[in-house]
Amino acid sequence: MNKRILMVGVGGQGTILVSKILTEGLLEEGYDVKMSEIHGMAQRGGSVTTQIIFGDKVYSPTINKGEADILVSFEKVEALRYIPMLKKGGTLIVNEEEIWPLPVLSGLEEYPLGIMEGIKDTLENVISVNAREIAEELGEPRSANIVMFGLMVKALGLDKIDWISKIKKFLPPKVHEVNVNAFEKGLSL
Amino acid sequence: MKKLMTGNEAIARGAYEAGCLVAAAYPGTPSTEILENVSTYPEIYSEWSTNEKVAVEVAAGASIAGARSMAAMKHVGLNVAADPLFSFAYEGVNGGCVIITADEPGMHSSQTEQDNRLYAQAAKIAMVEPSDSQECKDFMKAAFDISEKFDTVVLFKVTTRICHSKGAVELLDREEVGIKEYTKNIKKYIMVPAHSRVKHIEMETERIPALREFSNTTEMNRIEWNDRKIGIVTSGASYVHAKEVFGDTVSYLKVGFSWPLPDQKMKEFTAGVEKVYVIEENEPYMENFMKAMGIECTGKEIFSVCGEISPQIIREVMLGEKPEEGYSLDITAPNRPPALCAGCPHRGIFYAMGKHKNKINVTTDIGCYTLGAMAPLNIGDTSICMGAGISAGIGFDKANRMAGRDKKVFGVVGDSTFFHSGMTGLVDAVYNKSNMAVVILDNRITAMTGHQENPGTGKSVSGVESPQVDLIALVKAIGIKEENLRVVDPYDMEANYEAVKAAIATDEPFVIITKQPCALLKDVQKRRANLYCQVNQELCRKCKTCLRIGCPAISMKDNVVSMDITMCNGCQVCLQVCPFHAIEAFGEEVK
Repeated sequence: MNKRILMVGVGGQGTILVSKILTEGLLEEGYDVKMSEIHGMAQRGGSVTTQIIFGDKVYSPTINKGEADILVSFEKVEALRYIPMLKKGGTLIVNEEEIWPLPVLSGLEEYPLGIMEGIKDTLENVISVNAREIAEELGEPRSANIVMFGLMVKALGLDKIDWISKIKKFLPPKVHEVNVNAFEKGLSL
Repeated sequence: MKKLMTGNEAIARGAYEAGCLVAAAYPGTPSTEILENVSTYPEIYSEWSTNEKVAVEVAAGASIAGARSMAAMKHVGLNVAADPLFSFAYEGVNGGCVIITADEPGMHSSQTEQDNRLYAQAAKIAMVEPSDSQECKDFMKAAFDISEKFDTVVLFKVTTRICHSKGAVELLDREEVGIKEYTKNIKKYIMVPAHSRVKHIEMETERIPALREFSNTTEMNRIEWNDRKIGIVTSGASYVHAKEVFGDTVSYLKVGFSWPLPDQKMKEFTAGVEKVYVIEENEPYMENFMKAMGIECTGKEIFSVCGEISPQIIREVMLGEKPEEGYSLDITAPNRPPALCAGCPHRGIFYAMGKHKNKINVTTDIGCYTLGAMAPLNIGDTSICMGAGISAGIGFDKANRMAGRDKKVFGVVGDSTFFHSGMTGLVDAVYNKSNMAVVILDNRITAMTGHQENPGTGKSVSGVESPQVDLIALVKAIGIKEENLRVVDPYDMEANYEAVKAAIATDEPFVIITKQPCALLKDVQKRRANLYCQVNQELCRKCKTCLRIGCPAISMKDNVVSMDITMCNGCQVCLQVCPFHAIEAFGEEVK
C-alpha cells in the first residue's frame, strides 16, 4: 500500500527542505516516490502544500480528500484548513505556532479560538508540539522544521533510515549540529 | 544512476544530455526553474532574455546557425512569443529547436488557464506532452531528434503538476552533437510572401504527412491493452491520474506526441474497446479531433474544461464515487492570501497614491505589486498582462478625458516588466502625448518568480557581471522631460507624497522611479537584519493608521498594536504615517 503524506505550512517555514530530505531518503531505501508542490506565491506569505506519496509503484503525485495517512501542519490554522484531506484514523502532527495572515492582522478576519481543542475532540490521532519553542530552546528557532521532521519520521516508522547524513547533505555545515539535535529531539517526543 | 527530479529539472537534464547548446527564457511560474537548472550546465549558453519573444528569436537564430537550442516560458509567455513562433514554423530548423510551454490548469499563479496545445495546431508544429519527470527528460531528447528529422520547431507542453512534481529519473551522459554547417538559404530562412507560399504548401504536402505517419508509429503514442470494456484516451498529467484510479483494469491510448494527433492509432484503439473516454485537461483538444473523425467518445460532457484533473475528479465523474469522508471541524479558517512582505519597497508609494484614491485610476501590471490591489492598500483598477500597466493606462486616460472625468491615471510597472514590454508603452505615451503618470518600481530584481536577474541588475543568469541598463537615462532618452521625472527612495514618505502630487499636477507624461531593492534579497536582509520599529504604548492612541499600510509585521491583538520585530526590517513607513509619533526606530545597519 502506498503511503500519503501531506505537509502544509506558510511560505518561509522550511517545508520544502523537509520534503527534499524525506524524498531523498525514501528513494535510497528503494521506494517509488512522487512529490508535488504548489508554491506559486508562497514567498509572499501564502499557504504552501507539499504532497509526498511512496510505495511500490506510484502513478499520480496528488493526494485527494480524505486520503492522507499523515497530515503534517507547520501552523495551527493551516491544520484546520487541511483536516478534510486526512483519512479517517490518520495521524495529524501539528506545530502549535500561530502565524497570523494579513486579513487577520489588518482586522478584517479573526484568528479562530479553540482550534486545538476542536481538533483533539474530533481526531483520534493527534501529535501536537510547539516546534518553534523547542527549536528556540535548542538555540535556533529556524530548526522548527527539523523538529517536525523528527516527529514525522517516528510516526511513519522510518527511523531505520540514515536521516542524519541527508540532513547534513542539504544544510550548510555550521548548522549541522543544531539540526541534528532538532531531529533527535523530534524523534524522542 | 537514479535521481529524484522535478519535471523542470528533468527538462533541463534532457536538454543537457541531448547536446543542446543555446537556451533562452523569461521567468514565469511554473517554468522558471527550467532555465535556472539549464544554467548549471556550463556546456550550454543560457540567458534570461528580456521577454519571451526575444527568447524564441534567440533560440531560432541559434538553430538556423546550426546549434541545438531551446526556449522556455509559461503559457502566457507564448502569447508574447507567438509572432516568431508562427514564422519560424514555416522556416523550419537547422540545429534542433524546442520551445517549452508550461501551462497552468487551475491557475495557481497565473491570469488564465489557456490550453497551449492549440498553438501547435495553429502554428502547425510538432508537439510532445510528457506525463512525469522521466518522460520530461526522455521527451526532450526525442524532441531534438524529431525537430531535426522533420525540419520543424517542436512545442514541448507541460503543466504545473508536471513541472513541480518530483519523480525518479535515470541519468545518462551528454551526447555532443556539435554545430551543424550553416548554408545561406533565403528561400528557407527569409519569410517574404513568395517564399512563404512555397513553404506553406511544402508543410502541408510533405512535413505534416510525414509527422502524422510518425505520430501513428511512435512509441510516444502507446496503446496499453487490458480489459476492453473501457478505453481511455489521455495525455500529460491526466494519464497518471487515470492510472492511479484504474490501474491495469482498463485499456489506454496514452498520447505523448500530440500534434499531429495519431488518427490511425486512435481509430484502431477506439475500435477495440466498448466505451471510449477522453481524459484531458482544459480544452477538448483530442476529443474534438476524434469526434470530427466520427469516433464516439465521452469527454467534456462529464469533465470540466476549467481547473486541473485529479484522481478524485475521475472517480467522481466516471464512477460516481463520492470523495472520501475525511474529518471536518466547525471552525472557519481565515484566508491566507499572499501579501506584500514586511519592508516591501512598494508599500510606501502605494500608500502615497492611496491618499488621492478618489482622484486617480491605476492600471497595474504583472508582479508582486499586483498584490497592492488587495485590501488594505487597494491600489489598482486593472491588471491585464505584462506591459499593460503602461499601455492600458494610455487608453484609460483618453476615455476618462472624453467622459469628462477629473481623474489622473497612474500606470504601475516593475523594473523587469518595464524591460519586458513596458518600454514600448512608455514610448507610445510620449509619442502620443498621454497625460498619464508611470510609476516604475525598481527593486533591482525579478521578484515575484523568486529573484531572477534582469537587464537592470548587473548580473546574468549564471551570476556573471553584465552591463546594467541605466533606467533613468533610458526614460529621459524616450522623451520624459527632466521636470516630469522623480527618482525617489520609496521608504521616504515625504518624497513619495511630493512625487505623486507633482504627477497629478502635470499635463504631460510623467515618470516616478522608486529605487529600493527587494526586502527579500539576501544582502538586503543581512544589511537590515538589526533594524526594526517598535510601538511606544504610552503614545499609541489605537487609531489604526499603521494597520492601513498592510504590513504583515504589524498587528493589533487585544487592543494593543505591536510589531513582530523578527519580521520588521526597519523600513519606517509605519513610523512616518503614524499621526502621534508613537512608533520608534531601533538598531543599526550591518556594514
